[in-house]
Amino acid sequence: MDVLWLSRLQFALTATFHYLYPPLSIGLGLLLVIVEAMWLKTRRPLYHQMARFWTKVFALTFAVGVATGIVMEFEFGTNWAAYSRYVGDVFGSALAAEGIFAFFLESGFLAVLLFGWDKVGPKLHFFSTCMVALGAHFSAIWIIVANSWMQTPAGFHIVGQGLAARAEITDFWAMVFNPSSLDRLSHTVVGAWQAGAWLMVSVGAWYLRRRRHREFALASVKVGLALAAVAALLSLVSGHESARGVAVNQPAKLAAFEGLWQTTPHAPLHVVGWVDAARERTHGPEVSGLLSWLAYGDTGHAVTGLDDIPRADRPPVNFTFQLFHVMVAVGCALIVLAAWAAIALWRGRLEDSRLLLWLLTLSVLGPQLANQAGWWAAEVGRQPWIVYGLLRTFQGLSPVVSAGQVATSIVMFTLVYLLLFAVFVFLLNDKIRHGPDDGDLQPAGKWALGFKAAEGAR
Amino acid sequence: MNFGALDLHTVWFGLVGLLFAGYVILDGFDLGVGMLHLWAVTRDEERRVFLNAIGPVWDGNEVWLVTGGGALFAAFPMVYATVFSGFYLAFMALLCALIFRAVAIEFRSKHPSARWRAFWDASFAGGSLCSSLLIGVAMGNIAWGVPLDARGEFAGSFLGLLNPYALLMGVTTVALFAMHGAIYLVLKTEGELQAAVRRRVNPLIITFILCYVILTLATLLYVPHITEAFRREPWFFLVAVAVVLAIANIPREVNRGREFLAFLSSCGAMAGLMALFGIGMYPNLVFCHTAPAHSLTAFNASSSEKTLGIMLTIALIGVPAVLAYSASNYWIFRGKVKLDKMSY
Repeated sequence: MDVLWLSRLQFALTATFHYLYPPLSIGLGLLLVIVEAMWLKTRRPLYHQMARFWTKVFALTFAVGVATGIVMEFEFGTNWAAYSRYVGDVFGSALAAEGIFAFFLESGFLAVLLFGWDKVGPKLHFFSTCMVALGAHFSAIWIIVANSWMQTPAGFHIVGQGLAARAEITDFWAMVFNPSSLDRLSHTVVGAWQAGAWLMVSVGAWYLRRRRHREFALASVKVGLALAAVAALLSLVSGHESARGVAVNQPAKLAAFEGLWQTTPHAPLHVVGWVDAARERTHGPEVSGLLSWLAYGDTGHAVTGLDDIPRADRPPVNFTFQLFHVMVAVGCALIVLAAWAAIALWRGRLEDSRLLLWLLTLSVLGPQLANQAGWWAAEVGRQPWIVYGLLRTFQGLSPVVSAGQVATSIVMFTLVYLLLFAVFVFLLNDKIRHGPDDGDLQPAGKWALGFKAAEGAR
Repeated sequence: MNFGALDLHTVWFGLVGLLFAGYVILDGFDLGVGMLHLWAVTRDEERRVFLNAIGPVWDGNEVWLVTGGGALFAAFPMVYATVFSGFYLAFMALLCALIFRAVAIEFRSKHPSARWRAFWDASFAGGSLCSSLLIGVAMGNIAWGVPLDARGEFAGSFLGLLNPYALLMGVTTVALFAMHGAIYLVLKTEGELQAAVRRRVNPLIITFILCYVILTLATLLYVPHITEAFRREPWFFLVAVAVVLAIANIPREVNRGREFLAFLSSCGAMAGLMALFGIGMYPNLVFCHTAPAHSLTAFNASSSEKTLGIMLTIALIGVPAVLAYSASNYWIFRGKVKLDKMSY
């Protein structure tokens, strides 16, 4: 195997593993804000218990996210040195801004969130929770800005020639608000909300199925489901906007998403399918004109097919097609599930349906699968470019790193990440089986003051 | 923002240096605590006190490294690319060590079994030791110089990074962090545990001073490009003198029970050491000892002036906020460690 393939494999491996955790931190961060706000507003001890329990889950995901995130920052330089020289002036600024604005904010207030329950008052604690959640969202902003610049570069010019060519910023805000930033940011963030929200729903449903911690479980399902439902619908909207942008800015990627070989008006949409790249055909049930309508709001509008893209500039079609369709299918399934669960809850029938509780328990896997498939589709669909239209992936490699070195680090990361994943699942399972702490129903320390005052006021 | 005639290259040389100095001073004591974790105490509760001494702050401290790396990428992409790809295996090992250090802190307390805890104790201590050693070796190589080709690519080998001077810098860094960590622990512990930690302080100071003296002699004898700045501007020697005075002050403050001043002295000494490093290196970021003209400097390896200006604006907005909430975090968690049910 050559160093290009190995370096891509390593980046995919480490990014995929890392990307299990930040969406959970972003989603759970927002949920902690919601739950703690509900506790401060209503003073119901149940919400205090929920805040405590979900804080512990948050801490676990956060730790693995931090530990695996630093790998990503190093890898641009270690494996993609030529890319780093080419984009440093642009991409580096976004990454540095992420450190200054997001990571410091997150980590600065994390300690109060985790350990500050008895050290600070409830309001300052709530403020810290908000800041941690905000920091998590800021980190999404800057990394998506940086990645979106690789998809739709803007606000730069190229200086130097040949091997010495590199991109330099000409307009910082045009770089930040490049054509795909906002669409991709909103789509990624609502995907992250789903990751956190369905985890909460899933754990609640599991307790309901086992007839344990009923009140806690119902409250978790309700809060989680409310966010999950909103985020699932927003995913549809933001996904649609994102795809419309891809149609304009990255036509090769959209053609691969849909396996569209010929440029045509009334372009069809495949519900499912299989791409035969050798014969340049896509098999499967299709709806004529739907792709044109979704991309341009007009069934008669022409959509660029792969025949208009030079062969050397085409991404792997079938792989991109399947990834994109998995994301869309899972996203739609989650909307249906959210609607079903919401109706059952409304009619007070949630606990009667074993099937629904089973599906809700499994629901945590949905957003993870869709987020990963979506990220892969976005990155594989950009190939063969590392910076779309400017720099090819093979041109971005580190000239001095050998295949043997990359193979060594892949083995290391595989072993370490398998261990981390096993430990993470073991501890998460342990925490869930242990359940919420009943002691947390009687808030102690500085939290008790607020609790007693509220009781007295009633 | 328009910074007029300001020399942005030098400003960013200083700012990147400041970020890495912040990392070394802050995470330095976390790593030091990690190294002392297996060796200085044996009881579970004592080890928990060690972990919780750094519990609320270690994560924020590591962010200095992440932000330093990001700033290096943005301000000096050529340096970032050359060093990170050139030191490939060493940096992979560093990542592995930092991962184990980080997750060990979080995982250790989550399960009561003795073997579980022994495993994460070992990975906490091992991760901390290896991280410190590798950081020192990397800095040693930067100081000593690395072979670069005409395009500024690393032209050496992995084994070449393990030269005696770099290893000496690695060992010195380990000794420095262990000393710094011990002093931090004196500040955060009380009673018998504090007495046990206090007994470690003087031997660690002596070990560090020995390493430091040997390293300084080696630098004076074999690394002329570092000492050049000091020959040119002899008053820079005052920084070296200040470092020695700050270290000498540590046992004095510890004996008088002024733990906070002892810790500040240690921080001051480390800031001085990083300043010496920066003064010796300037304007080089990566010195090429085989062909000095190939060296990567603050001027030939930087991003455009425009980007340096944008980044300075970002830094001027971000850094005061960072300092404010980092300081308030240390304030909220000041004083001796008390274990409670949310502790590690």
